[in-house]
Amino acid sequence: MSRPYAKLPGWVDYGLIPIINLLVAFVFAGLVVLLVGESPLHAAAVLVEGAFGNGQNIAYTLFYATNFIFTGLAVAVAFHCSLFNIGGEGQAYIGGLGVAIVCLAFDRILPWWLIFPLAILGSAAVGALWALIPAYLQAKRGSHIVITTIMFNFIAASVMVYLLVDVLKPAGSMAPQTRDFLPNAQLPKMGWMLEAFGLSVRSAPLNISFLLALVVAFLIWVLIWRTKLGYEIRTMGFSPKAARYAGISETRIIIITMMISGALAGMMALNPIMGDQHRVQLDFVTGAGFVGIAVALMGRSHPAGIVPAAILFGMLYQGGAELAFEMPAISRDMIVIIQGLVILFAGALENMFRPTIQTIFASLSPRSVGLAAAKGEGA
Amino acid sequence: MAFLDVLTQLIDATIRVSVPLLLACLAGLYSERSGIFDISLEGKMLAGAFAGAAAAAVTGSAWLGLGAAILISIFFSLVHGFASITHRGNQIVSGVAINFIAAGATIILGQAWFAQGGRTPSLTGSARFQAIELPGAAAVKDVPILGAIYSEILSGHSLLVYFAFLMVPFTWWMLFRTRFGLRLRAVGENPAAVDTAGISVAWLRYRAVICTGVLTGAAGAYLSVAQNAGFVKDMTAGKGFIALAALIFAKWKPVPAMFACLLFGFLEAASIRFQGMAWPMIGKVPVQLMQALPYILTVILLAGFIGKAIPPRAGGVPYVKER
Amino acid sequence: MAEAAIELVGINKSFGAVWANRDINLQIAPGTIHGIIGENGAGKSTLMSILYGFYQADSGEIRVGGKPISIKAPNDAIAVGIGMVHQHFMLVENFTVLENVILGAEGEALLKNSIAKARSELQRLEKEYGLEVDPDAIVEELPVGLQQRVEILKALYRGAEILILDEPTGVLTPAEADHLFRILQQLREQGKTIVLITHKLREIMAITDTVSVMRQGTMVATRETAKTTVEELAELMVGRRVLLRVEKGAAKPERAKLSVKDLTVRDSRGVTMVDGVSFDVRAGEIVGIAGVAGNGQSELIEAICGVRCAVSGSVVLDGEPIDVTGIADPGELRDRGLAHVPEDRHHVGLVLAFEENENAILGYHDKGEYLKGPFLDIDAIRDDARTMIERYDIRPGDCRLKTANFSGGNQQKIILAREMEQDPGVLIVGQPTRGVDVGAIEFIHKRLIAMRDQGKAVLLISVELDEIRALSDRILVMFAGRIVGERGPDATEGELGLLMAGIEHREAAE
Repeated sequence: MSRPYAKLPGWVDYGLIPIINLLVAFVFAGLVVLLVGESPLHAAAVLVEGAFGNGQNIAYTLFYATNFIFTGLAVAVAFHCSLFNIGGEGQAYIGGLGVAIVCLAFDRILPWWLIFPLAILGSAAVGALWALIPAYLQAKRGSHIVITTIMFNFIAASVMVYLLVDVLKPAGSMAPQTRDFLPNAQLPKMGWMLEAFGLSVRSAPLNISFLLALVVAFLIWVLIWRTKLGYEIRTMGFSPKAARYAGISETRIIIITMMISGALAGMMALNPIMGDQHRVQLDFVTGAGFVGIAVALMGRSHPAGIVPAAILFGMLYQGGAELAFEMPAISRDMIVIIQGLVILFAGALENMFRPTIQTIFASLSPRSVGLAAAKGEGA
Repeated sequence: MAFLDVLTQLIDATIRVSVPLLLACLAGLYSERSGIFDISLEGKMLAGAFAGAAAAAVTGSAWLGLGAAILISIFFSLVHGFASITHRGNQIVSGVAINFIAAGATIILGQAWFAQGGRTPSLTGSARFQAIELPGAAAVKDVPILGAIYSEILSGHSLLVYFAFLMVPFTWWMLFRTRFGLRLRAVGENPAAVDTAGISVAWLRYRAVICTGVLTGAAGAYLSVAQNAGFVKDMTAGKGFIALAALIFAKWKPVPAMFACLLFGFLEAASIRFQGMAWPMIGKVPVQLMQALPYILTVILLAGFIGKAIPPRAGGVPYVKER
Repeated sequence: MAEAAIELVGINKSFGAVWANRDINLQIAPGTIHGIIGENGAGKSTLMSILYGFYQADSGEIRVGGKPISIKAPNDAIAVGIGMVHQHFMLVENFTVLENVILGAEGEALLKNSIAKARSELQRLEKEYGLEVDPDAIVEELPVGLQQRVEILKALYRGAEILILDEPTGVLTPAEADHLFRILQQLREQGKTIVLITHKLREIMAITDTVSVMRQGTMVATRETAKTTVEELAELMVGRRVLLRVEKGAAKPERAKLSVKDLTVRDSRGVTMVDGVSFDVRAGEIVGIAGVAGNGQSELIEAICGVRCAVSGSVVLDGEPIDVTGIADPGELRDRGLAHVPEDRHHVGLVLAFEENENAILGYHDKGEYLKGPFLDIDAIRDDARTMIERYDIRPGDCRLKTANFSGGNQQKIILAREMEQDPGVLIVGQPTRGVDVGAIEFIHKRLIAMRDQGKAVLLISVELDEIRALSDRILVMFAGRIVGERGPDATEGELGLLMAGIEHREAAE
């Protein structure tokens, strides 16, 4: 069956169109800045300065990016199976429980380098379990995974509030949070990495979970493109019929994929809990689960796209905080708008500019496009 | 009598907290019945609440506030329509985007325009929808039971409360007794049937999402211009998602939607009223369980354990003419 | 002849580079039943969709009752009295019959009056044409034959004078089809004009007054039904093609490799598609299943290969049964030496978004040679893909290229290479050359013969009669879910055509 329009070269598909979509999102964000009476260009300059201006800023940017790498990967893995896991926020939140259990149980007896792997397992396991129920309901009972994962976000929030207020809060304390972890359950900072370049990071919370995030990003690339399981996930995502033909079990793949996705979201909890706050407190996820959606869409579900997209959002988070000092009219919530605009233009409207670009390319190089069209013909 | 007082207060509170759920739920009904899934009820309600409070604060008129709320909410509906009807984008992604844009924009603009930490100025007098005393409410106040029901429960709400409950029979009538309703239900089930019958699928769906915009706008205005005296950041606090849950719970039907919203509203009212109270036999029920109950019930329903919730068949799928 | 009810002049329509309709001229006399016949993909449905305003012709003119008109959307067609009964019903399944009938023709903003009007109108139509159906029944609860009646009622309610039916009997039982034909004759007596699109010769002969034959997007002939024969129409439909000649020696069949016994398969709607089919395929022979598309061939091979669940019956592969009624796993069947080239290469046989080398292992991705533990052995996979590219002359010869960028013929070669190179004992091939260019057809045919000569059992399913005749050592003809005859490779086209049309063989008469 011939497609109504011709194919574009790969660099346009994976490079030019996403960049155009991103630029349009930023243009609209700039309009919002104008609306509140500030200069978008000045705001952008302050933002970049605030994100990369000195060692501490860079360290903060990377600290936030760490969260988004985990949640972005979580959304992306599910995307590869054509599942929309909108529940990263809840899976990350509940993942904090896994971290808390490990840290509270072992911070008196084990050194950090033993607690850390246990906490990784704990957060991943709890996150995966939280994703298991929606996955099972989707695979076996046909419940729409988007709705169930949204519901599970709210249920997770209630569970965590209950646990923090009624169970985990130390006796006599007023604040709904766990006791502070002992130093054994605190992750080593990564300031030395930037200080090696002569930058001063001072108290920035960048810690080794950033390295963990990069390693996990690489492992996810291996998983998706270099393992049998990844092959099966992608086959299922592109064509359930082809998967059936190839003897791949739909139920099994949906459940495994969602558990991996939930595990990745759960691991996000390591960074703020063990790396920064050293305790579990209310709302520590602060929307990172949702930012993951924007990151995955922008990064086109590929780790090589997700890491820079996460750093971009880390920059917006950190730079946005600085921006709020400089321009009181703009708070960090500006990022939420940008995030929404990125999701809109890179996600829901990703094909808006495609026909125009195709027309342009068709007129530029009729030969190559014509060839592709003839190839696409066939049956 | 103490028990009756508590009960009256509880029912009264239930009605108040149910109204935004009900308006948003009916809003979602129009869109989803036409085959456009909408998880941005939350965002549109929030944007409506902000625009309503802002306009009411500036103009001093609750009505202008309501108008502004509806307009901005329709604008976001059209964005959703543009992405999911015209460009056949992913309806979930588009909905998520609108929720974020609304969440961020209300805070940024609120801070920039009013500089009160994201709040709008407090509304007083005609800038707010006031409670309406039904005729004779004061007179029958002392009649046992019936009088109390009339004066305490039925009387004394703002206009939007009556509007919301009137929208239930109206929506039912619209859906099942008018040409528009017939076509709306048809396009959500089988758009190809509508197309071959010579009706424009896109225009029909755009009209449906506009209806959604009107009602989410009204829901937002109720929150900020009637129930409360102004906008505070994130004041919808997940109500849009509870409304979505109620819509599923009601199997996309208007009258059950009202009961679902009243049920979820009752859970909320009761969890506030009885917070920390120990029940005989059960003991203390954590308030969080009550808050999570609408979501838990919806998941159980979706799993098909208490009747099957079958969404409109064409829901979520962009309409492409088959070759 | 009176003024034509419909006249099409020079209609052209292309989808991308494919001509669906090319310079179509057609006149349909009022008050007649006019058949349009042609193979799948001949362009019949596209032509009727243009007439109904679902697509726009690239050029050409439509005249209704002698007047040129422009039909831009279905309501233009409805306005000039054209009604259409689609192959896939355009009904809202959870609506009542009445609601479906008035949808789009409500008349006024409130439904009350239109429903009352429709109810009395339905009563009238019921009396006039014998179209009885409960107006308050929910459509999805009605049997398929009645659902179709609702479609006809919809068209008549809108005042259709010209009724187009697109493959109306595809979903009907023979009894329901007969009933439909009686209704159509009644409509003709009332002066309606009927256009019947079908690929079934039997129906054309049974009911039409005139018939037009389409082939590959063009209108090749129009005949009065009474003055033509099934043989002539069959020939016109298929065309005098260059005969496919495949060099092959005599088959040396050995023991049975695949035995199918009393296999019955239903589709998702519960319609029986395969009805108690039994046959054997022996090592060293090609068994071809001929038949018009939609007579159960697809469901048959899907059930054998474990992609679809059968209702009853058994299949034995190499002496071991396949659990066709339970959880036959296509992956496990591959391990047992059953290879399968599916009919739908775009959605089943390939993942178009994958690189070529990734498709070269689809279904075989869990074989040891492609894995190192849980990891894919990329080097081994790509090496194998390159070997296949070379052996099967797949172009362009780049195993990293996205599969969607290959032509139809080369995509098919990717699948054939994958399934053949695994050295299976049994090869099941569906439509191996559909949408494939001539050069590739020859290559694919040679390969299939070579498989046979290596002693493999090959089961071939094709709607191309020439292909079946050129390749098969035995030909089974399938009609309405049953095997209605077996012939040798020297069977004539006419003989097979009659079997395929469901007409009992008349060897004695010939």
